[in-house]
Formats: sequence, structure tokens, C-alpha cells
Amino acid sequence: MNAKRTDFIATVVIDLIVASVVGILFFLLAYILTAGLPHVSWSFLTGATDAFSGAGGIGVQLFNSFYLLLLTMLISVPISLGAGIYLAEYAKDNWRTSLIRSAIEVLSSLPSVVVGLFGFLLFVVKFKIGFSVISGSIALTFFNLPLLTRNIEESLSAVSRSQREAGLSLGLSKWKTELGIILPVALPGIVTGIVLSAGRVFGEAAALIYTAGQSAPVTNFADWNPMDPASPLNPFRPAETLAVHIWKVNTEGLASNAAALSAAASAVLIIAVLLFNLGARLLGNYLYRRVTASK
Amino acid sequence: MLKQYSFEETAVQTFDDKTSLAMRTEDMQVFYGSNHAMFDANLAFPKNQITALIGASGSGKSTYLRSLNRMNDGIATVTGKIWYHGVNINEPGVNIYEIRRHIGMVFQRPNPFAKSIRENIVYALRANGIKKKAELEERIEQSLKGAALWDEVKDNLDKSALSLSGGQQQRLCIARSIAMAPDVLLLDEPCSALDPISTVKVEETLLELQKKYSIIIVTHNMQQASRISSQCAFFHLGHIMEYAPTGTMFSNPQIPVTQDYIAGSFG
Repeated sequence: MNAKRTDFIATVVIDLIVASVVGILFFLLAYILTAGLPHVSWSFLTGATDAFSGAGGIGVQLFNSFYLLLLTMLISVPISLGAGIYLAEYAKDNWRTSLIRSAIEVLSSLPSVVVGLFGFLLFVVKFKIGFSVISGSIALTFFNLPLLTRNIEESLSAVSRSQREAGLSLGLSKWKTELGIILPVALPGIVTGIVLSAGRVFGEAAALIYTAGQSAPVTNFADWNPMDPASPLNPFRPAETLAVHIWKVNTEGLASNAAALSAAASAVLIIAVLLFNLGARLLGNYLYRRVTASK
Repeated sequence: MLKQYSFEETAVQTFDDKTSLAMRTEDMQVFYGSNHAMFDANLAFPKNQITALIGASGSGKSTYLRSLNRMNDGIATVTGKIWYHGVNINEPGVNIYEIRRHIGMVFQRPNPFAKSIRENIVYALRANGIKKKAELEERIEQSLKGAALWDEVKDNLDKSALSLSGGQQQRLCIARSIAMAPDVLLLDEPCSALDPISTVKVEETLLELQKKYSIIIVTHNMQQASRISSQCAFFHLGHIMEYAPTGTMFSNPQIPVTQDYIAGSFG
């Protein structure tokens, strides 16, 4: 077989493989959206759920998903930023650092249902916090930390060494160089990673079933005092998220239209996750242009 | 196979007390782990002159240069004394950040920050407490003029530094260094990544800058050394073999290793 022919066949095979990956994705998306979107309406998006049958809207669940995501990010971004900066810049190349790295890897490979169970036993039962937004977001933090730390470390390490030398040679301290010169360059990558992990957190169900709970008590959206039990902002109330809702409606939902309900909720979830992905891209590019002043 | 030369036979000039010196090293040794990379380096650099450090790859000239502003901290172990204004700056207690503001450095590859041209210059100034807008503007203009870049960029100060050409980027790096008002400027093969025209521009800039700064430049290019430097030191395998006024060095080298290197019949 001559080289040209080999090349041709290889190209065709590779093209087919790529096409099948893209094809599967589009098929999935098309299926979920066509099955779900016809059932999505404004009253579905904002309405309350019937606590017994699971029928009705997903307004509270949608809010819960975003609120839980926000709290999770508030906890996990600062921690993983610190850990990422430490690993990329300060950690010496020795056994302790490789131990930390393996620990992070192990944490990232823990099944989310195990993380959820751990959160349930520790926060919900032992600390008596109960099924709550805060228990859920701490469990999700465990699940999110390793991925974010890895992403931040990689984004920082990708910045050229010569940038660090430039900063140091001007008499800037290591920390100042890190904060003012390296971090802005790495920021687009970091933000992209944060938004992508937000997509994962948003769609997570297993870790939340036992921590944030499976009930979405009716909340009073006119009451924004986080201390009030009925306030949507109260971090100590149980908060079923959209992904958990889909799981619940499918497994133990008593509503007559359970299939339509879960299809519609799935469509909403998929659209949200797609928006996160798209947002990650746009925001990353925008930030890159901003910090490098290349307009 | 490289020819063997005796490290005992050296010809290193010294200066009398009347010559004012920018800095000086005394018995400086550099180790990378257990690898002894620089042996007994004794060099003195006259003020407001360009001193060129020449030698083959791996001769230790960059290692030597990077030790002068303590950029080898954390990379190599440097022993011996580095005298700067009567202070041995190779002491643990010395404020290295302060030192680096006085002894600026420009690297082989242009490494402007991924910021605007203006920010490249003012970022470190602001970090050092210079906040007044008028003074910052003044420093931007002066340093860019000093690096012969002002006319090319004065209307585009907010443009990304990364959009400049390689030669412009390197001159921006020089400007960024001199904006700190250092008194010594270290350059580590600043033209090796540049085309000949940009090289000429950088060289002209350096010749102009020596009126205000003492310049130490590592170069692979012997023509460059002879074009711009007043003093020239030849490094060989971690040893300083010969140090003399550039004219003497190139017309009448004292020892065999320098003669061979300059004649191009090295090794």
C-alpha cells in the first residue's frame, strides 16, 4: 500500500471516529430537548412542586441548584486557588508534594455517592445540621476541590518561567509577581475551569441526595432574610436541586405525568449546562483580551 | 575533542583605587547541586562603561551574570563576595528585592508582561510606591526614550506589549528596567533572539545608556562585544581566563585560550 493511500484511509477512519463522537452528542441533545422542551413552560419553570406526588413546576429546585452552586463556589474557589498557587509556585519537588498530589488525585476519584454518604454521616447526622443547602455545598466542595485545584495549578504552570523572572528582576516579591503578573495571564484558563466545574456541580445528583435532601419546602420568595426558616437564602433549609428532582421524579414520583416532568426538567438542566460551557468560552476569551490589552 | 588549557594561566586586569567601580566580585563560586559551575570569579566593573562577558556555551558567563543580582537564589548556591557600593550583597540578610531594583536585568528572550505597554513600565513602579500620575507619566516617557522606543509607541501606549515586534519587545524590557532607575544594568544575550536590524537598534541604545548606567552584557557575538564594550572578560569552563580593555583583548590577547577563541580555532 502506498503512502498516499495509507494517509487517505487513516484520515477517513479518524474523521469517522470524530463524526461518531459528535454524532452521539447531537443525538443525545436532540433527543432530550425534543422530548422535554414541549413540556417546558413559564409556569413549569417558576411553579411550586406538589410535595407528595412530585408533580408541578421546578421553580424552587431551579433556584436551589443555583444557590447551592453559588455557595459551593464561594467555599471551593478560594481554597483551591490557595492550593493551586501553592502547588504551582511554592511547593518544593519532594515526597511531601507528591503525597499532596496523590491525595488530590484520590479525592478526585472518590465516587460522588460516597462523598454524599460521608457528608450525610458527618454533617447531617453527626453535626446535626440536617439536610440543608450548607451540608450539600460542603459535600460538593469535596467533590469540586480536586478538579479546581488541578485546573488552577495547570493554568498557573502554563505561564512561562520568563514572566516570573521578569517580575523578580524588577524587585517584585514572589507573591506580588504571582498576584500581579502570573495570575492575570492564567486567569482566563482559571475562569474557564471554574465555569466548567460549575456545570458539573450544577448537574450533580448523587452527592446531594443525602446532604441537601430530597425535599423542596415551599419558600417565600419575598423574604430575603437568610435567618428566616422560610427564606430562600436560608442555608440551613433542605434544598432539593434540579438534578435530584429528576432522579426522584423518575424513581419514586407518583405524578401521572412523571415521564414528561423528568424529560422537561432534564431539558432545562441540559440547557443550563450548555450555557455554562458556552459562557466559559466567551468569558475566557473576553478576559484574555482584557488582561493582555489585546483588543 | 576540546583542547586542554591550563586554568592557572590567566590574565585578569584589576583596577586601582582611582577607578570608580559599579560592582565587583571576590572569589565567587557557583554550585548547581554538587556541580561546581563557577570558580574563583574575581571581576571588577568600572562605572558607566559597557563590560562584555564572552565565551562558549556552558562557559558560565550567564551563571555569573545571574548571580550578580541574586537571580540564582533558589537555583544555585553562590559563595564568595559581591561588592556593591561597599556592601557585600551576597549575604543572607540583604534585601534582594531592593538589590534588584538597583541592579536591573534584561533576558535573552524578550519577556514583556502580557499587559499594555504602559502597564509594563508602571506595574513595578507602582508596586514600589510610586503612585503620582505625573511622575509615572514622566518615567514612562523617559524610559521609553532611553530605550529608543518612544517614537514608535508613544501613540499606542495602551496597546498590548505582545503586539510589538521582537526587537521592540526587547527594547521595552530595557525600558522597563531603566524605569526603575537602577544604576547597573545586566543583559543576558539580549540580541540573540533578534534580527540584525533590531540588534543594531539595541546596540545603539546601550551605547547611549552607558552615559547613565553601568552595563554588563553577556554575548555570544564577538563582533557585538567589540562594537559596544569598553571592557571584555573571557570565560572558559567556569573560569575567567582573561579580562582586559576590549581593544587589547581583540588585537592582542595575552593567553593561548583567548587567542584561540578569538581566532576561531577553539577546540
